[in-house]
Amino acid sequence: MKFEIWDVHTHLSGVPGDTPETRLGKLLQYADRMGIARLCVFLGMTHHYDPSPEQLRQENDDVLRAVRRFPDRAFGFVYLSPKHTQVSLDELNRCVRDGPMVGVKLWVALHCNDPQLDPLVARATELKAPVLQHCWLKITGNLPGESTPMDLAELAARHPKATLICAHTGGDWERGIRAIRPHPNVYADIDGGDPTAGYTEMAVRELGAERVLYGSDAGGRSFASQLAKVFGADIPDSAKRLILAGNLKRILQPILREKGIKV
Amino acid sequence: MIRRTFLVNGVGNPFYNEHMVVHPVERTSKSVCRRDFLKAALAATGAAALSDANAAQGPKPGPLGLIDTNVYLSRWPLRRLPCDDTAALVAKLRANGVAQAWAGSFDGLLHRDIATVNARLADECRRHGDGLLVPFGSVNPKLPDWEDDLRRCVEEHRMPGIRLHPNYHGYKLDDPDFAKLLRLAAGRGLTVQLALIMEDERMMHPMLRAEPTDAKPLAALVKQTPGLRLVLLNSQRVLRGPPLQNLIAAGEVCVEIAMLEGVAGVANLLAGVPLNRVLFGSYAPMFYFESALLKLQESPLSDPQLRAIRCDNARRLLARKT
Repeated sequence: MKFEIWDVHTHLSGVPGDTPETRLGKLLQYADRMGIARLCVFLGMTHHYDPSPEQLRQENDDVLRAVRRFPDRAFGFVYLSPKHTQVSLDELNRCVRDGPMVGVKLWVALHCNDPQLDPLVARATELKAPVLQHCWLKITGNLPGESTPMDLAELAARHPKATLICAHTGGDWERGIRAIRPHPNVYADIDGGDPTAGYTEMAVRELGAERVLYGSDAGGRSFASQLAKVFGADIPDSAKRLILAGNLKRILQPILREKGIKV
Repeated sequence: MIRRTFLVNGVGNPFYNEHMVVHPVERTSKSVCRRDFLKAALAATGAAALSDANAAQGPKPGPLGLIDTNVYLSRWPLRRLPCDDTAALVAKLRANGVAQAWAGSFDGLLHRDIATVNARLADECRRHGDGLLVPFGSVNPKLPDWEDDLRRCVEEHRMPGIRLHPNYHGYKLDDPDFAKLLRLAAGRGLTVQLALIMEDERMMHPMLRAEPTDAKPLAALVKQTPGLRLVLLNSQRVLRGPPLQNLIAAGEVCVEIAMLEGVAGVANLLAGVPLNRVLFGSYAPMFYFESALLKLQESPLSDPQLRAIRCDNARRLLARKT
């Protein structure tokens, strides 16, 4: 049996290349070796924790260039900052409503339970774009604006119709899974942490396979270690199929249909 | 129950050549174990590649003979892990083509009665896997009379090596006791495995935090310890680039790939580290075994490179005596 694989979380980093197109091309070479059909890509050639409006636009321009070169292999997520509301709304319109991007990426500029996120999430929901929020729970201390899964749970409660993705499942996945469990509109992206055995089994048990997404965080992480979380898990093939691609296809289907993209 | 004749051990096991005690492999109740158990039997008959739904795309066992230099027995103190009973782990390893696995014990991290930990480890390795498991005992050089633990590893349990966990035993690598331990181990011809970390320090349990071991003093120690064979476990998160290369150049130092990350990580590692110093390590059952196996697929590697990493380097390391 061959599983279709879509990766919900990759970056233009960790691979050589002077241009976004070159780097995405390189990432796809390795994706091919692992049987991965599609990559969701966000953040540009240089990553900024707390980007200025100009830096936001630049990072999104990088991603636009990359995904336009590989339209059949990659989807772009637009990078927004709740510290720049109008600029972010404009970027949403430019890159998603009027451009090829299909989702939103939020990182560490501001905790995601802040009300400043509300207009961005509301607009993304209108556009049928899922919102992927970086979340981590670090015993060593989070960055000043770095969200936790508990922050995301608060946001989810305010926006029950939004599709929210908890990136890294909060790093500390045993707590992250519990934090998002009550909110059916929050999905667990299992990327980015160590391939600790039992991770995916717990996510499936507590959230249901329908709420678990495979992502890698490549190129910082390897596709291999993150795919192992699915291939190595003691879960049915039907669950693996959902996690590796089925759930993401279902999430993206409305916006892809609006854009006339058939998959 | 499965007959012993179905199982293969494609790699010479210096521990078990003399001390093999044959026991049948127990069946476990976990579904993963039933699946792996079947795969193990099929692997032995050469049919493993056809047996698994994932095999067409997921990890591929490849030819038998894989040596996993980084596995643990017993239980991680903070959670149950799939395959954290020895029979299940053996089935998992066999199903993925592992012919030999160098096993430490999670109990060696926190237990103070290390002698019992090592006796139990040796016994588990004898009772399970028909020689697949090679025990690497724990030694804590901050415990009174630790030298006797080392002696027992060699003389009573006939272990080919030891596994050290400085950040759980509360010493730095510039500690004179550590230097003495390295000297004694080298003198007895033991391979020394040094685990720099056991988990990502960002997500440790708040009541059980262990800072990564600082490897800076190691290069000088390696140079000062003739005959030392050192294997760094779980090192790639905290020791990379020039510091790693300098350490490797200091003596007979190897690394394994369990915590190696980044796209094409193995190929990138080989750009800075000689091929004969890179070993296969999965860190099972803490990590999904498939992670290490898939890394060999992700990087474009030649057949000689694959063979060296999969088994030849490790085999050579254990075969050598000082």
